[in-house]
Amino acid sequence: MSPVTHHDDPDPLPHAPTPELQRAQEERLREAWRSPSGWRYWSDVNNTIVGIWYTAVAFLFFLFGGVLALMIRLQLAVPGNDFLSADRYNQVFTVHGSVMMFLFAIPVFESIAVIFLPQMLGARDLPFPRLSAFGFWCFVLGGIFLSGSLLFDAAPRGGWFMYPPLTSTYQPGVGADMWLLGFSFIEVAAIAAAVELIVGTLKCRPPGMRINLIPLYCWYVLVAAAMVLFAFPPLIAGSMLLELERAFQWPFFDPARGGDPLLWQHLFWLFGHPEVYIIFLPSIAIIAMIVPTFARRPIVGYGWIVLAAVGTGFLSFGLWVHHMFTTGLPGVSLALFSAASEAVAIPTGVQIFCFVATIAAGRLTHSVPMLYTLGGLATFIIGGLTGVMVALASFDFQAHDTFFVVAHLHYVLIGGSVFPIIAGCYYFFPLINGKKLSDKLGKIAFWFLFTGFNATFLPMHLTGLRGMPRRVFTYPEGLGFDALNLLSTVGAFVLAIGVGIVAWDIVRPKKKQPLSERNPWNAGTLEWLPRMPQENWGVRSIPEIDSRYPLWDQPNLVRDVDQGRFYLPDAEEGKRETLVTSPIDAEPVQILRLPGPSFVPALAAITLGGFFILGTFYLWKAAVVSLVIALGTILHWLWTTTAVIPEKAEKSAGLGLTLPLYSSGAKSVGWWAMLITMLAVFTAFVSLVFAYFFYWTIHEDFPPASATGPGVFWPALGAALLLGAWALTLLARRCNRVDNAPAFYAFLTVAIVGSLAGAAALLAGPWRTGLDPTRHVYDATVWLLAIWTALHAVVGVIMQGYCMARRAAGRMTGRHDIDIHNVTLFWHFVAITTVIAAGTIAGFPLVK
Amino acid sequence: MSGKRFIECPVIVFAVALVLAGCTGPQSSLDPAGREAERIAGLFWWMAGGAVVVWALVVWLAWSAMHGRVSRHTERQARLYVIGGGVLFPTLVLAGLLAYGLGMMPALLEPAPPGSLKISVSGEQWWWRVRYHTADGGEVELANEIRLPVGEPASFELESPDVIHSFWIPSLAGKMDMIPGRRTRLVLHPTRTGTFRGQCAEFCGDSHALMAFPVVVMEKDAFAAWLTAQRAPAATPQADAGPEARRVNRGRDAFLEHGCSACHTVRGTLARGAIGPDLTHVGGRLTLGAGILPNDHPSFVRWIAETDRVKPGVLMPHYRMLPSGEHDALAAYLESLQ
Repeated sequence: MSPVTHHDDPDPLPHAPTPELQRAQEERLREAWRSPSGWRYWSDVNNTIVGIWYTAVAFLFFLFGGVLALMIRLQLAVPGNDFLSADRYNQVFTVHGSVMMFLFAIPVFESIAVIFLPQMLGARDLPFPRLSAFGFWCFVLGGIFLSGSLLFDAAPRGGWFMYPPLTSTYQPGVGADMWLLGFSFIEVAAIAAAVELIVGTLKCRPPGMRINLIPLYCWYVLVAAAMVLFAFPPLIAGSMLLELERAFQWPFFDPARGGDPLLWQHLFWLFGHPEVYIIFLPSIAIIAMIVPTFARRPIVGYGWIVLAAVGTGFLSFGLWVHHMFTTGLPGVSLALFSAASEAVAIPTGVQIFCFVATIAAGRLTHSVPMLYTLGGLATFIIGGLTGVMVALASFDFQAHDTFFVVAHLHYVLIGGSVFPIIAGCYYFFPLINGKKLSDKLGKIAFWFLFTGFNATFLPMHLTGLRGMPRRVFTYPEGLGFDALNLLSTVGAFVLAIGVGIVAWDIVRPKKKQPLSERNPWNAGTLEWLPRMPQENWGVRSIPEIDSRYPLWDQPNLVRDVDQGRFYLPDAEEGKRETLVTSPIDAEPVQILRLPGPSFVPALAAITLGGFFILGTFYLWKAAVVSLVIALGTILHWLWTTTAVIPEKAEKSAGLGLTLPLYSSGAKSVGWWAMLITMLAVFTAFVSLVFAYFFYWTIHEDFPPASATGPGVFWPALGAALLLGAWALTLLARRCNRVDNAPAFYAFLTVAIVGSLAGAAALLAGPWRTGLDPTRHVYDATVWLLAIWTALHAVVGVIMQGYCMARRAAGRMTGRHDIDIHNVTLFWHFVAITTVIAAGTIAGFPLVK
Repeated sequence: MSGKRFIECPVIVFAVALVLAGCTGPQSSLDPAGREAERIAGLFWWMAGGAVVVWALVVWLAWSAMHGRVSRHTERQARLYVIGGGVLFPTLVLAGLLAYGLGMMPALLEPAPPGSLKISVSGEQWWWRVRYHTADGGEVELANEIRLPVGEPASFELESPDVIHSFWIPSLAGKMDMIPGRRTRLVLHPTRTGTFRGQCAEFCGDSHALMAFPVVVMEKDAFAAWLTAQRAPAATPQADAGPEARRVNRGRDAFLEHGCSACHTVRGTLARGAIGPDLTHVGGRLTLGAGILPNDHPSFVRWIAETDRVKPGVLMPHYRMLPSGEHDALAAYLESLQ
């Protein structure tokens, strides 16, 4: 419960404010949310603007990936073709897969959510607008870098799955480094966006919209974003291992020095399988919004769908081994993972039948979005059914790594994701610029897409079963692949025509076309509140919600929102503001001031990108300089725009509700962001520990008989010092709260010294005992765990210093203590990390 | 609706006929010649049939939901869709499928009985090193071709010294990866004689597409005779001075002179290299270059002169610079290694 206000479903203002007042309010809101003009336009951070850039760029990458697909199909059109050389073909299929996954499917989910999530939640913006902008610029930079490499014949060529040892020692050149560092960079951006979306869903809802009232789309986004947090870190950790092997000869995957290529496959698929659902769930989320609108009734089985989405999320982390059925695993593993893989069909079935049930219980109106929805589902079900087949290990022995799987995955991803996204384009487009897309073009495109798609991919099932492996740049004639491949190629071009028509419909000039009417589909959810075309401010006033379909169920809602009869109808101080509510019950707790346009996020993205890009070319010194500049930029960003002490403690949100402008700890959005980010960082750490245990469990020579370290003394000393620093940080927070400044500074100073000493002690373990990371994988793993933990301590030191500086500068006080709260939270994770890391490297050699 | 059915009927029959005709081939998993492949193909047909039925059912349900065929539902009735179609039906079907599909796993993974034919295969960029372990403890190394006796289990030990490959003969069984630092196993039970094709199924670099091998399933006696012949050292060219023999002799000299023997073994000669394929009986194999060229004179010449063009990225250097007479002689010599 909020301590500030008692909150009992207040009604909107009984009388509209005077027209003059309304006009003045609108003028102030417009001014506060205005986009900069001229070249400064690109400094904007507003979710609607950035979200549209983000989606547009993701769509461009989709077209690029599509062109690569056509090149693949041209090469395979006839046997023995020489349109592409073997090496070029390998680059093309590697980049096709990588672009579609990392530069289209994931970003487009996040970008669509960045646009619509706040609107569905009646929020003016997401809680960290600059973080969205930062993520966008990272994405653009990394994406261009990776795609451009193809023009210089320098692209990665190890497949999007990058299996070592092919990628570790058999492919010189920058391609693989580019993949590892470039995509790690983009994954960091994806995690940043996920943090934003989770905090946005949990903390920025309209009052009264309890967690069981949020639109299904938001549930899906919540689940998918949470999956990003736990799925991407294993890949980032794996990429780090592989890059360390490539750049510094640390032998994580080299069997000659104790390494194991299968570790990569575990880490990759721990990411790779959830990835499929990270793509699928937010796409089907669009369907979950479209179906009720056109069935003219609330969704049937809201609870079932939520349960199914959450269940899918959990299950998807237990299936990764089904990508490794042919690596010679024991029968028990095969059976277990077969069963788990089949089980995931059940929640998927539940979701599909909820849509069918909604259609059955409603009265369906036909429309282009619905056409794509149904076409997508019919296609997806085929992919689901072939999924059930390949999930069975015995059948997978044949189907694995053949064109059957190519067919399967395209049925799943195009049926389950591309068709729903195009449905979403036709459905949501009026919210982008106030105009509808063309029904006629939409229908024509659909039939091109649908027939082209099936002509391409249906024959591939048979191509694969007749023995054609994947990832081959050519095939001999007479094996029975010829006609099937030609058909697939023709189909691909028909499919491409369909994509072209959709693209044309989106970009064609619409100046003369009249504006769409408001809420053109008569939908029930809040994103359809805005006037056409909509204003930058998002929602005119933030309504009190008590239904899942407020536009259907709450009388006069549109009028009351428009006239500013609800919360925050004004921007008196000319600042961007939105409401922060509690995660479960959506009780208002704070008015959050949001930062405005700035080039700082773009600069941070460019300099951080510089680190990764320069690293690709092994220019480590320049890379480190770039990283330091990035760090400085981020510190500047934090210093100037976060945890700003407001000019007054609280202000009226309207309707008799007065809310604070500042809150810290679990009430603040920053604390949640830190918590969620650290869960992701901790997952990456767990992946490294997993690597240690993986070697320890299945390799006799881990640790090797010749291993000399790291001993118990140094890790134990390091852990003790870091735990001490953690305790002192806790004490410092307490001293800050009671304004005991001398003790605050003293504790933090000692904590900094202790942290640095602790980090040094941890590194002294492998160093003093002579572990050489290029000699054996054991040495490398111990070093890595020690370095990882020490790096945490160093970041922790920067944070402790930052808090001291903030207090000294008067930007942090006893009451305004967001910084030290969040730093303490970070240190909780440092403490856990330290205990696990030191315990592992010191303890496990003793056990074996 | 009933009118439509009559039209659909011949269409379906035609489609089925087309599909069945489209299943054959030397590399087709649906045209099995081994016990494992037969079982998996059977499983596939059951699953494919089931999938068609399920798909049609769901699409029909969605169709009738859209067109109110089933009269408009109350929310409670609609929930039955979710529970029946979303939960109960898949649970039952999948449980049955799992029981059936996993039931065949022990047989697929079962080791071969002791005394079975043992063959080690090593996948190397981009060819296959094959070693037959004979009953007397001996070993015969050959390359890029596998022959098996029909009706006998054959036990394979699979490994790789470089990158991950995958050993796959679709007509006989599923695939098994060859992973550096590990040894994986696969047992085959060929059920009919014939010539089939195996191919690498794990992406392994530039010429992944060009890493195949012929598989010949033979009668038991023929197989035994073949293996004995493979065990023998290379035939020595006759000393008489016919033009053909002279050419072969010149080829043999060229083979040693140009350093071929640094990488290749021809048993019974000074060529004892172990890096590339054993060539002792290369002239008697069905294909050249790991299943990508026919075994004939022009192909030998092409392989020697255009190695890097025939197989991009290949480790063997091309010998384009040799005078053409040398190509011809080398080819003649290699052809003579029957």
